[in-house]
Amino acid sequence: MIHTTFRHARTAFLAAALPAVLTTTAALADTAQVEGKADVNMSAIVMFLIFVLATLGITKWAASRTKSAADFYAAGGGITGFQNGLAIAGDYMSAASFLGISGLVFANGYDGLIYSVGFLVGWPIILFLIAERLRNLGKFTFADVAAFRLDPTPIRLLSALGTLVVVSLYLIAQMVGAGQLIQLLFGLEYWHAVVIVGALMIIYVAFGGMVATTWVQIIKACLLLGGATFMAIMVLAHFGFSPEAMFQKAVELHPKTVADGKAGANPSAIMGPGTFVTDPISAISLGLALMFGTAGLPHILMRFFTVADAKAARKSVLYATGFIGYFYILTFVIGFGAITFLLQNPEFFKPGVTAAANGSYLPADMLGGNNMSAVHLSKAVGGDLFYGFISAVAFATILAVVSGLTLSGASAVSHDLYASVIAKGKASEETEVRISKLSALVIGVIAVCLGILFEKINVAFMVGLAFAVAASCNFPVLLMSTLWKGTTTLGAFVGGLLGLITATVMLVLSPGVWEAALGHPKGSALFQISNPALFSMSIAFGGIWLVSLLDRSARAAKDRAGYEAQFIRSETGIGATGAVAH
Amino acid sequence: MQPTNDVVLDRVRTDPQFKELVERRSSLGWILSVIMLVIYFGFILMIAYDKDLLARSLSGGATTIGIPIGLGVILSAFALTAIYVWRANSVFDDLTHRIVERAKQ
Repeated sequence: MIHTTFRHARTAFLAAALPAVLTTTAALADTAQVEGKADVNMSAIVMFLIFVLATLGITKWAASRTKSAADFYAAGGGITGFQNGLAIAGDYMSAASFLGISGLVFANGYDGLIYSVGFLVGWPIILFLIAERLRNLGKFTFADVAAFRLDPTPIRLLSALGTLVVVSLYLIAQMVGAGQLIQLLFGLEYWHAVVIVGALMIIYVAFGGMVATTWVQIIKACLLLGGATFMAIMVLAHFGFSPEAMFQKAVELHPKTVADGKAGANPSAIMGPGTFVTDPISAISLGLALMFGTAGLPHILMRFFTVADAKAARKSVLYATGFIGYFYILTFVIGFGAITFLLQNPEFFKPGVTAAANGSYLPADMLGGNNMSAVHLSKAVGGDLFYGFISAVAFATILAVVSGLTLSGASAVSHDLYASVIAKGKASEETEVRISKLSALVIGVIAVCLGILFEKINVAFMVGLAFAVAASCNFPVLLMSTLWKGTTTLGAFVGGLLGLITATVMLVLSPGVWEAALGHPKGSALFQISNPALFSMSIAFGGIWLVSLLDRSARAAKDRAGYEAQFIRSETGIGATGAVAH
Repeated sequence: MQPTNDVVLDRVRTDPQFKELVERRSSLGWILSVIMLVIYFGFILMIAYDKDLLARSLSGGATTIGIPIGLGVILSAFALTAIYVWRANSVFDDLTHRIVERAKQ
């Protein structure tokens, strides 16, 4: 029965994939004629088309292997720890962290490193407190774990809300970033780029499910790590593999270190912390959001259900931490490479801007802004062909991240909202998967529309908000339900919801959104703090604790009584959903 | 005949080795978490309170003290992860396996 549905799916796949490829090609060819040769990056387009064809081939293969709900949501639990580690890295290393962090290093030096450290330190916490319990208790989504002994209806509603808020914020930010980046790199129209990204991610997710999404992420992680490694080696080789020589040259050239025409007058300006971290409260609040936000990202948590057991789940985190840490060290070298290779070359700066007395341009005057430094560096160290490769990798990077997000959002709708809350567990597997595919389509279309709508809006705050909500709603509910016996349904629901509301309201009323994005006068924001995590996380944890403590309902007694069986399973894996052999 | 799930859970619950497993594994997890928190928030507070310390030259050149410290935080995250996986995937998993097998007999 299920098999026939999926055979139909294969035919449908061809019907959907072919037009998408044709539109991509037509759109690319279109621009080639309209814009002339100057702006169109042919080698990038060819390499990107190869990537698209290869991933569509994988999606077709994945569709033929996707037979059950477990295949669709969790790749049948058949991914190895090493593969999952790569896929997690591919899911987490977004174009924003590649281009954004190397751009931050290029413009400010050391401050970029502070940011990347924050994005990395959440991983050990995921391993120590969450990963194996998640694998032992859950099946497809993190709500499975939170609702294990608590009343599924309210807890899944809350988890689905937390998932959809995080996914939509992250997705819109990625879509807008993708449109702007691809416009620059490929010379495509903004809306063409957004539509291409949306169409491809819908195809990957709806037809290939978790298997296709995983392989898109693995391929992208290899391409990105390979490309970044090559760039970092080329930069270091130029300085005889002496970081000191590279730093010296950077200090000599960077506008921030040059005072009164004297090079190196203030070397610490790029070699030490700058203005990025100011008062301790803001610093701690941002640190909390980065660290614990990672542990509450639904698309990341979902990846732990793709491996066979707790052992493989732990290995996934080890590999992922290694790859992501290595990647952040590379972006640091790439940022300094951009300072030393590009700052004095007018080819990479806007026409008409003038250089300082020592021949250096200002990072902000770079063509396409300082976020383009890694892409320009690829041209400086590897020529046009490598430039094309890195541009194609940037596009592939976006696709891998948005696919993971879409799959996670679609799972929250079908597995948590539809199968548990609406159908009360009585839905057939077939219907559930069909709803999931439909949700992927709907989420994709909405993301494309919002991406086009938000083109001119500064969306940088959206990633920050996504992390704050993940840290203040998903993470506290997950942690408290697995680690504290006293957690009750009412407590988790009220505390999680308060965390979500506090994080959102405080962020909207913060300088970054109220003043910078919404255009209110400077100083008018109600909360003069850039990230709400310190407050919203305290409210969420405090709320769960207090409400659970005061909860005297019959349901609360049942919740507490269910803890022991949950605890034994979470520690030993007895009864956990195992791998499905193929 | 295979014992029912409730019987297995009850046997695990009363197994003294289960208590030992949970205590050892969770104390390792919490200790490593606290070390990570101290390292990371120590780094953040150092930046917030004493920027000049990190900007001091390491040995007279352009490389500052902040460079090895920043890289050290990245490497420590990986090292702590490796310690936990190494212990959990050998000692603790063997112990878990023995407890579960005993309970299922």
